[in-house]
Amino acid sequence: MKRHLISAADLSLDDAVAILDTAEELARLAERPIPKLPTLRGRTVVNLFYEDSTRTRISFEAAAKRLSADVINFSAKGSSVAKGESLKDTALTLQAMGADAVVIRHSASGAPHRLAGWVRGSVINAGDGTHEHPTQALLDAFTIRRRLGRLDGLKVAIVGDILHSRVARSNVWLLRTLGAEVTLVAPPTLVPVAVGTWPCSVSYDLSAVLPGSDVVMMLRVQHERMTDAYFPSVREYSRRYGLDTDRMALLPDHAIVMHPGPMNRGVEIAADVADSVRSTIVEQVTNGVSVRMAVLYLLLGGAPEAGGPQGRGSQEGRDGGERVLARAAAGHAAGRGTEAGL
Amino acid sequence: MAGVPEPAAARAAHPPGREGDSGRGSDSGSSSDGSRISDTDRLSGGSLRRPGKAVLGPDEIRRALARIGHEILERTDGASDVVLLGIPTRGVPLARRLSARLGQTEGLAVPVGSLDITLYRDDLRLRPARTLGHTEVPDWGIDGKIVILVDDVLYSGRTVRAALDALGDIGRPRAVQLAVLVDRGHRELPIRPDYVGKNLPTAKRESVRVLLTETDGEDLVTLTVSGEVTR
Amino acid sequence: MTGRWLVRGARPLGGAPADILIDGTVIAEVSRSARDRGPAGSGPVKVLDADGLIALPGLVDLHTHLREPGREDAETVASGTAAAALGGFTAVHAMANTEPTADTAGVVEQVWRLGIQAGHCDVRPVGAVTAGLGGTQLAELGAMADSAARVRVFSDDGRCVADATLMRRALEYVKAFDGIIAQHAQEPRLTEGAQLNEGAMSARLGLAGWPAVAEEAIIARDCLLAAHVGSALHICHVSTAGSVEIIRWAKSKGWWVTAEVTPHHLLLTDELAAGYDPVFKVNPPLRTADDVAALRAGLADGTIDCVATDHAPHPAEYKETEWSVASFGMTGLETALRAVHEAMVGTGLLDWAQVADRMSTRPAAIGRLDGHGRGVEAGAPANLVLYDPAHVAAVDPAATASRSRNTPFAGMKLPGRVVATFLRGTPTVLDGRLAS
Repeated sequence: MKRHLISAADLSLDDAVAILDTAEELARLAERPIPKLPTLRGRTVVNLFYEDSTRTRISFEAAAKRLSADVINFSAKGSSVAKGESLKDTALTLQAMGADAVVIRHSASGAPHRLAGWVRGSVINAGDGTHEHPTQALLDAFTIRRRLGRLDGLKVAIVGDILHSRVARSNVWLLRTLGAEVTLVAPPTLVPVAVGTWPCSVSYDLSAVLPGSDVVMMLRVQHERMTDAYFPSVREYSRRYGLDTDRMALLPDHAIVMHPGPMNRGVEIAADVADSVRSTIVEQVTNGVSVRMAVLYLLLGGAPEAGGPQGRGSQEGRDGGERVLARAAAGHAAGRGTEAGL
Repeated sequence: MAGVPEPAAARAAHPPGREGDSGRGSDSGSSSDGSRISDTDRLSGGSLRRPGKAVLGPDEIRRALARIGHEILERTDGASDVVLLGIPTRGVPLARRLSARLGQTEGLAVPVGSLDITLYRDDLRLRPARTLGHTEVPDWGIDGKIVILVDDVLYSGRTVRAALDALGDIGRPRAVQLAVLVDRGHRELPIRPDYVGKNLPTAKRESVRVLLTETDGEDLVTLTVSGEVTR
Repeated sequence: MTGRWLVRGARPLGGAPADILIDGTVIAEVSRSARDRGPAGSGPVKVLDADGLIALPGLVDLHTHLREPGREDAETVASGTAAAALGGFTAVHAMANTEPTADTAGVVEQVWRLGIQAGHCDVRPVGAVTAGLGGTQLAELGAMADSAARVRVFSDDGRCVADATLMRRALEYVKAFDGIIAQHAQEPRLTEGAQLNEGAMSARLGLAGWPAVAEEAIIARDCLLAAHVGSALHICHVSTAGSVEIIRWAKSKGWWVTAEVTPHHLLLTDELAAGYDPVFKVNPPLRTADDVAALRAGLADGTIDCVATDHAPHPAEYKETEWSVASFGMTGLETALRAVHEAMVGTGLLDWAQVADRMSTRPAAIGRLDGHGRGVEAGAPANLVLYDPAHVAAVDPAATASRSRNTPFAGMKLPGRVVATFLRGTPTVLDGRLAS
């Protein structure tokens, strides 16, 4: 998986910093009269979205277009997929169309891994099942860094349905890589049994965690979880784990409130909190485009990596490392001489 | 000073074969040429390569910049509408020095910034994705101004071509001029400098290295003949 | 094609080399000097040079999916039994989750006849415990037992008999004809939508977890039930350390409980799921290294009675997909003996005589299967497998008699090679290939 971004867990510190720094440069682009760069001209990026997600798809589309790449949108509804075409056959079709990169969102964990074994281009995971959503974690880290000036040593609380959250997983790995300390807050039913093997703490008491937090990240909770006895009622969940204005007052002055969206206003987050100055929810969306531009540039903006995609590429699993990123970062670290951590 | 290798302890060593301009001792500016000698090779006294020959020392560099400063004043009618944009990496400290000089001698505040051209390069696909340099356009922008691009070495001209494309997306200057410390010839595009510190005819297999105090701890321009390339 | 065979220089159960004389359907003699004396009786003798080969009684598989009737795209009785013979098996128990379900005398007799027709090995159909595997009503267990197929093992494998009362009734009912219920232990509510062993891997990969307790709780319940009603219980594909402990405890009470383990659970762990390749997706799921160690120890000390393949063939389009939509199951007939060699003999946990016990004698006893598992000795039926332990090769998924290629050992080096298999004196496999 040297040419792909499938899992935040596979990003080294240098990789992650390279993406954030590149995104920082690209963010200024939006302020120009012509917010467009010729860098990916002639490259084709396919958005392969099996799950509805207008917001994420538009973000990737904007990112690709600002770099002058051609974008093809492939949504599962009303396509050959709806008629039962397998992921493998879809992949082979995209391959034949000459996709340089495929951005895939899918309801099955591991779909990007499988896809990587069938296409020659780069695979970018835009969210797979309950596994990971690496660009979300990257834009979250970027947002934190912009707002608070650093990531190293910050205390981040991630609150909500951890068990089913790909955003939580990606954030746990990435924030830890970047030197932050993560505490997961959820009812015990929504925390994985093996969470003890993760590089973070766990608490069942949101109010206790808030005073020591620099960042609070609220996750959306799905009503379906109620019917499966994860919690007795939305009301009880909201009372115990919702971020209302009383709880927000427990936060230190500088602390920020984040949410990957879409929000359940009134359930996990009160409307007043979502609209407060602490909230980064809107700028997370803007930052998403810059971060995704950085990822596209770093994966597609240079020479293609040697070595084909075929065969056991996906089976090797996390043999990690976007080597492209690692090398760019090596150049970065040497030239900039910036301090590690942020 | 010519050709004497410095003790290894005096400088940070860098691994050979790194792409991007981020290394010590830039070679031929940011051209697509690609040939580059590493510091470790230079320091080794050239078991495979001969040591570089100094062609400009600190005094000569200082004088060259002073002269360029005067020329800028003359040709821009007093530099009142000038914006200096350095091309990273070493164009930036050069641009700053020029701006400081104009400030000192003429009491002018000439805006200075940086213009990274990585995303506009025509040779991106020859190497893995490069790190981006920093772009900072001064507050009042470039519309209607005389933009003077500043770089350390002018070679094929492709860097400047990329810079012109980048400028086009930022605004519409009244005029664009080019100032370089060293012009080593071998243009591949119809690009010519307006201000030159030193004209240095070279062979293609030679490399020009510019060191500046701000980035490398000293001011020096060397010329090296490449031996065998080891990668 | 019965006749007389002289198998020269084989090592029965891994012991000293001897000659094995096969006369018709029985082993006539096993001795060092059979070759010299010349056998009594008429007719030509074919000689098979078995120098260096281990001779084991023909293997008996208590748990195979032959898919016919209904899923012939995955496997047929003919192709599955061919694979079995190549793996050294002389008898297989064909599980009942076919289409239609094997829950009547008619279907089990059909499967039995298909086995005879194909002629590669004996096929003993397993009867479903509940009608249509629905878990609510007993199937006609008596009719199946009385049928020509003489069913003795009953299982809803693929599904768990979760209703405690129904399981109790089934255990009681089969006492009338010396039947045995083989439980697929999987508490259904605890495993809804489950994909992979619940643990660090499932948490990291974002795959719904399959907790060990879903297997262990059912095993514990059923051991107690079997003891309470005085009946025989067999546990299919044991996969966790906890299950081994519970079975050990049940046996220590003298209860009539037997258990099997698959070759893949003796060798593979859930870490292999890291690349989301569904070739590693199986029910019950691959577990942790600690579980593998406990299973090996359990097979070694006899807590687990036997190895059963749970050969589960699937066509490519059911395995070349995202993990969560892929079918569960791995093939295993052709690699079973090699896998057990790697996991148990190579590690010194079992010798070849014990392998014969775990892969032939005990499964034959549990399945109430006469004529198999009787040992390599004079008077025994000539059901034999000759195995070259010195051979080492990577497993090639394409080189299989099965119609399906979903082997988890693809590309993995495994020791050994089945050279010949004899079914009542007739060779079904010679020189590693099907004997036509």
